[in-house]
Amino acid sequence: MATLIKERRIVADTWRLLSRGPKGELPEAPARGDVIVPLALWLANRESFLAYPGKLGVWLDASEGPEAIAGDLQRFALIAVNFPKFGDGRGYSIARLLRERYGYRGELRAIGDVLHDHLHFMKQCGFDAFSLRDDQDAQEALSALDTFSDGYQTSVLRPVPLFRRRLAAGKP
Amino acid sequence: MYVYDEIDQKLVDERVAQFRDQTRRFLAGKLSDDEFRALRLRNGLYIQRYAPMLRIAIPYGLLSTRQLRKLAHIARKFDRGYGHFSTRQNLQLNWPRLPQVPDILAELATVQMHAIQTSGNSFRNITTDHFAGVAQDEIVDSFVWCEVLRQWSTFHPEFSYLPRKFKFAVNGAKSDRAAVAVHDIGLHAVRDEKGEIGFKVLVGGGLGRTPVIGFVIREFLPWQHLLSYCEAILRVYNRYGRRDNIHKARIKILVKERGPERFREEVEAEWKHLKDGPSTLIPEEIARIESRFTRPAYLPLPATDAGLATALASDKAFANWHARNVHPHKKPGYAAVTLSLKKTGVPPGDVTAEQMERIADLADRYSFGELRVSHEQNLIFADVQLSDLHSLWGEIRALGFATPNIGLLTNIICCPGGDFCSLANAKSIPVAEAIQQRFDDLDYLHDIGEIDVNISGCMNACGHHHVGHIGILGVDKNGEEWYQIEVGGNQGEVRPGVGASLGKVIGPSFARAEIPDVIEKLIECYLARRDSDAERFIDVVHRVGVEPFKESVYGNADQRAAHRRGHLASA
Repeated sequence: MATLIKERRIVADTWRLLSRGPKGELPEAPARGDVIVPLALWLANRESFLAYPGKLGVWLDASEGPEAIAGDLQRFALIAVNFPKFGDGRGYSIARLLRERYGYRGELRAIGDVLHDHLHFMKQCGFDAFSLRDDQDAQEALSALDTFSDGYQTSVLRPVPLFRRRLAAGKP
Repeated sequence: MYVYDEIDQKLVDERVAQFRDQTRRFLAGKLSDDEFRALRLRNGLYIQRYAPMLRIAIPYGLLSTRQLRKLAHIARKFDRGYGHFSTRQNLQLNWPRLPQVPDILAELATVQMHAIQTSGNSFRNITTDHFAGVAQDEIVDSFVWCEVLRQWSTFHPEFSYLPRKFKFAVNGAKSDRAAVAVHDIGLHAVRDEKGEIGFKVLVGGGLGRTPVIGFVIREFLPWQHLLSYCEAILRVYNRYGRRDNIHKARIKILVKERGPERFREEVEAEWKHLKDGPSTLIPEEIARIESRFTRPAYLPLPATDAGLATALASDKAFANWHARNVHPHKKPGYAAVTLSLKKTGVPPGDVTAEQMERIADLADRYSFGELRVSHEQNLIFADVQLSDLHSLWGEIRALGFATPNIGLLTNIICCPGGDFCSLANAKSIPVAEAIQQRFDDLDYLHDIGEIDVNISGCMNACGHHHVGHIGILGVDKNGEEWYQIEVGGNQGEVRPGVGASLGKVIGPSFARAEIPDVIEKLIECYLARRDSDAERFIDVVHRVGVEPFKESVYGNADQRAAHRRGHLASA
């Protein structure tokens, strides 16, 4: 099972991630437990999920937009964003939109090809949980959260860009 | 120079530490080739045909002599004692050893330099007019805006894994010397009727295997909105740009597939959310960045110099050089000088460590300790007193950098080509050399006048062949090196009249040995048709079309068929 980093600690994962089958077919709708379901499963079973007994999470693939769940965010205790390949950067935009535009405050988890060297930017974009790829050294990866002590741009963690903070600090 | 503050410095230092750790993990087998590749490219490190290549960033081409001396030191200590200035105003070293690269980066950081994002699918070095800040036709000092964008585009958390590389060009003068129409985003500074600064924004231009002239997505973007608007463009690109095919992943393909109007609507819709947000630029920040640039302490000087006039009248060689390699300056009594790195027999853009040090000494003495790298792969001393020109010329002539060919046929833009680059289909440097040898008569060169000849060793187009007035492209045919000729490309409106355009292939390709003859025929065709000395090669192509040039090379239709048969027989 993948190692989970959450709140800067290596923790046990209590969620079950439901994936699509090898031919892309959707899994059965779960009956109980804390599960993260594919977006399409949520969309297909939205009404019945309203009475779901456990905690419900949803995961978006890189090609799927947060727009699809923007009106339902309060339904989810967790949203995950899949990185099909570490070089696929769409998930960074999805995360920022969820946090900044749609105001999602719950757990935002990076899943898929989640590697040591990408955690810092993921964190800046609003992810607070990282389901590392199996082969990653989680202890080493923890240090990557703090690769850079600052950044120029606006981000979820630093909504005020450096140039405004420099000015506020009176630095010429 | 923009002088770092402690935060700028800290980020660069942290980058060195990050790459040191990544290299350590790679060498320890904890990072796969594929994963390390993506990380090392972000630090400019390629694995090349013979050895790694390290591309060092020279943001917007501006260098201090302290930095140049450091580059010389690095070239000597870690490499074979020379470097190659590239068309993106960067410096490439060709033989660094991987375990030493973190040390090289650490050395660079001591002089506020780095190799950040000089490759990989992220923002690349931002390029601009090499006469920024000194041009007589200046609208704004584009260095300031380049630095604003450099900071914004460095380690951008959301846009560090784009579908493909992303290149900005900024032009701050009336003439376009930055080729803004052939960049992913081109920004052309303009002033509105109230004198307020803004930018004409072009998007989706580019060279490479699908050359496109960028389209104007906004005629006037007030400067305050520069970052939020770019964020909107980049977010649309990051989310919807193609990732399934590396050759279709640049923003130009997205713009093309969507259609420019729909693309514009999507950007505008995204921008609605970002406009007037915290990324909105404020005058204090522009003033802060301006104030962190070192500025030459110009002397109040008369606009002319008697000694210079005498030297020009009495020294023909000096006058030739002055006519081509000295450029007007906005301050009276000063001029900008181009040091030509295009001497025949030397790969274009190559400089030895010793030469770097000598150049640094000269820049200290003659040009306030700073210099620029141009995208034409030459060096510029931007602030030379008119009274010093003659003695400076004597010194750089001794170094071999006074070839009076700026703007002329032998000032060839050329990629490293098959001699160095693993992507190349064909060699490019020997082609440049053969052309330079053929056109070695200076009077003839001056008579031909301004012309851009650009050579790329493959369709990735690092030698910008699509925008050469004559473009030469190396192609591979059954394992042999052939060269395709294009005519009519233009990098931008450097002179009023002819805007940016892409060259057209004139016909079947040639063997390397044939190229000087072909160029000569094209030149003769031009000379026979120009209406005066003032009408440049490119002006004639735009006036009469490509057909006469085609005919001059291949003859009429019958002769062309024979040419093709000949090639088929030999292929």
